[in-house]
Amino acid sequence: MARFSFFGQGLPNIDLGELKGKLVVLEGTDGVGRSTQIGLLKQWLENHGHAVLDTGMTRSALAGKRLKQAKEGHTLGPITMSLFYATDFADRLENEILPALRAGFVVLTDRYIYSLMARASVRGNDPEWLREVYGFALKPDAIFYLRLSVDDLVTRVLHSSGFDYWESGMDLHMGEDLYESFVRYQRWLLAEFDKMVEVYGFQIVDASRPIEEVFEDLHQHVARVLNGH
Amino acid sequence: MASGMKTYGKHRFPGRLFVVEGIDGSGKSTQLLLLQKWLESEGYVVYFSEWNSSPLVRDVTKRGKKKKMLTPMTFSLIHATDFADRTEHHIIPPLKAGAVVLADRYVYTAFARDVVRGVSPQWVRQLYDFAVKPTVGFYFRTPLEVAMKRILGGRNAIKYYEAGMDMGLSDDVEESFRMFQAHIIEEYEKMVSEFGLVVIDATRSIEEQQAEVRQLVSNALTGTKRTKVRRWLDLASLAKGSRI
Repeated sequence: MARFSFFGQGLPNIDLGELKGKLVVLEGTDGVGRSTQIGLLKQWLENHGHAVLDTGMTRSALAGKRLKQAKEGHTLGPITMSLFYATDFADRLENEILPALRAGFVVLTDRYIYSLMARASVRGNDPEWLREVYGFALKPDAIFYLRLSVDDLVTRVLHSSGFDYWESGMDLHMGEDLYESFVRYQRWLLAEFDKMVEVYGFQIVDASRPIEEVFEDLHQHVARVLNGH
Repeated sequence: MASGMKTYGKHRFPGRLFVVEGIDGSGKSTQLLLLQKWLESEGYVVYFSEWNSSPLVRDVTKRGKKKKMLTPMTFSLIHATDFADRTEHHIIPPLKAGAVVLADRYVYTAFARDVVRGVSPQWVRQLYDFAVKPTVGFYFRTPLEVAMKRILGGRNAIKYYEAGMDMGLSDDVEESFRMFQAHIIEEYEKMVSEFGLVVIDATRSIEEQQAEVRQLVSNALTGTKRTKVRRWLDLASLAKGSRI
């Protein structure tokens, strides 16, 4: 029996039995340290002889570049934006993730459909519709949810890049003030993620700790996934 | 929670939406143009919804097609993205304003095309659930041979995806196109009862078809916003802006 399955109506012409690799997802709101942890995990896995593909949103050959431009111009409506992301995701799923899984790679993905659904959902997309649209996605082997409170997040963002237009949800017109908007938007997103924990079986990882401690925790979890637990 | 997404059949707008469907060469665009002229001369506020989507989405579609990067799934999704942009910017706002919106091809084109390419019929219908249900959806029923004659007589080149060349039906473009369109017709026929499409026999004369279309549209226009009835003089200026 195939180890993998689709969430809903899957992709046409895919033999799930051919997929030998592992699909590991890191999720969480902005600024929780996902990419740092993915970098560390990749190095650790490769040191132990595993081939790794790391991938993330807006990196598809088909739509990635234009999607980034669309975000900068913010001229697309909320449904259009969601479907643009779904196109980007489908292209990466078919052309990167599935081939890597066929070849027996460990695929580490920085965000997955959960972030896309959370962001679209706070922008007024119907959650039920989003689940149906993303029915073509593969169910991952594990989803690690790097969780950070909004207060901790604010401190971290101030120390790094500052408040960004999209991460502050400024397109939602919740106020002129970037800080106020950021806090409200991130609270909203966090609530969406928290709702998904049980539905999709997220494993929560406390991201408020130092990088080394988070990694210590994560790599043990990933080791268990590789051993088939 | 921001909640704004209305689904198929749930939108309530003062405007009206008329769409035409059918295979290439069915004459649907000609009929829609004639309908537009008539509605304008009757003083209705007419908005012709073209596929003039955001340049960003259009670029991705064009590039994907040119480089043959599209799978049935990404073909379906990028067209849905394009259609969402059209819905959010060019269909819903004029309908809210009480206009008569005309669309050459609609969701049914996607349902037919994507399903022929192997995408799940149920999934693609859910994908387009955000679309506004048309007031009337016309289906111009045409035998394949009639449509083929019109196309081969008029246009120079059939494009790769239009001919379903990505499906490997045949190495010959014309033969592939013929096979692909035959499957498309089968899908349209299934949708007639599923979506209550109004069938127009597209083998009849242009005038006969247009008279029937105008009658059906007219019945659906009660209470729709009108400006002053235009006189013949105005038609000259309208003609300049015509699209075919």
